[in-house]
Amino acid sequence: MAKQKTVLFACGTGVATSTAVNAAVTEAMKARGLTFNAMQCKATEVPSLADSVDLVVSTTPISASVTVPVIKGLAFLTGIGKDKALDDIEAELRK
Amino acid sequence: MARALMNFLDPQAIALGVEAQDNEAVIRLLAGKLEALGYVKGSYADAVVKREATMPTGLPLGYALNVAIPHTDPEHVLKPGIALAVLEQPVNFANMEDPDEAVPVGFVFLLAINDKDKQIDMLQEIMDTIQSEAALASLRNAKTIEDIAAVIG
Repeated sequence: MAKQKTVLFACGTGVATSTAVNAAVTEAMKARGLTFNAMQCKATEVPSLADSVDLVVSTTPISASVTVPVIKGLAFLTGIGKDKALDDIEAELRK
Repeated sequence: MARALMNFLDPQAIALGVEAQDNEAVIRLLAGKLEALGYVKGSYADAVVKREATMPTGLPLGYALNVAIPHTDPEHVLKPGIALAVLEQPVNFANMEDPDEAVPVGFVFLLAINDKDKQIDMLQEIMDTIQSEAALASLRNAKTIEDIAAVIG
């Protein structure tokens, strides 16, 4: 079995929308048979933490300097495009 | 429908039929209520306004009247809670994902959050509510706090 991946959830404060997105993604991935290590941070902290994670899911814009895959998390707040975002996350976790 | 949201929404922190010039006026109105009710410190209102300017919280839901969820860092919060304004006329908030884009907002949920691990339920209730166009339409038509409680109580 592949090593468990780490997902970094980011938002403006690191406590509000990233918490909601983390909970939604964790639940949905569990239903798809996938688990991962979750971390949360402020959007401004992403560049310094990105090297130690496999994937970033953020509700706010992230610095272009970040090289790991970034998936937009707003879908989990609005419900619009949520299935597509979940498919993208699943694909990254299964890599 | 998110019937448990009312557990987190203080009836005294609900404002219906709000006439506001801009998003700062709405934030200050609701922040004043949360401060008076003991949810947040005096520094909270300025902190939310400042944060909204750089990291906005407008959520484009694809409705004519969308939602904004202004909030700020935990250090300005005394205890968790939510204030709600239903606006008479929409005001623009910038899009959380694209700060250059304006989102017309009819519902403002001002969040007081101080511990992410304990406020997951509260955040999920808000998400459930705003993803229901029917729930928002009912909020829009609410005339009294009792009407609100009937929607999200």
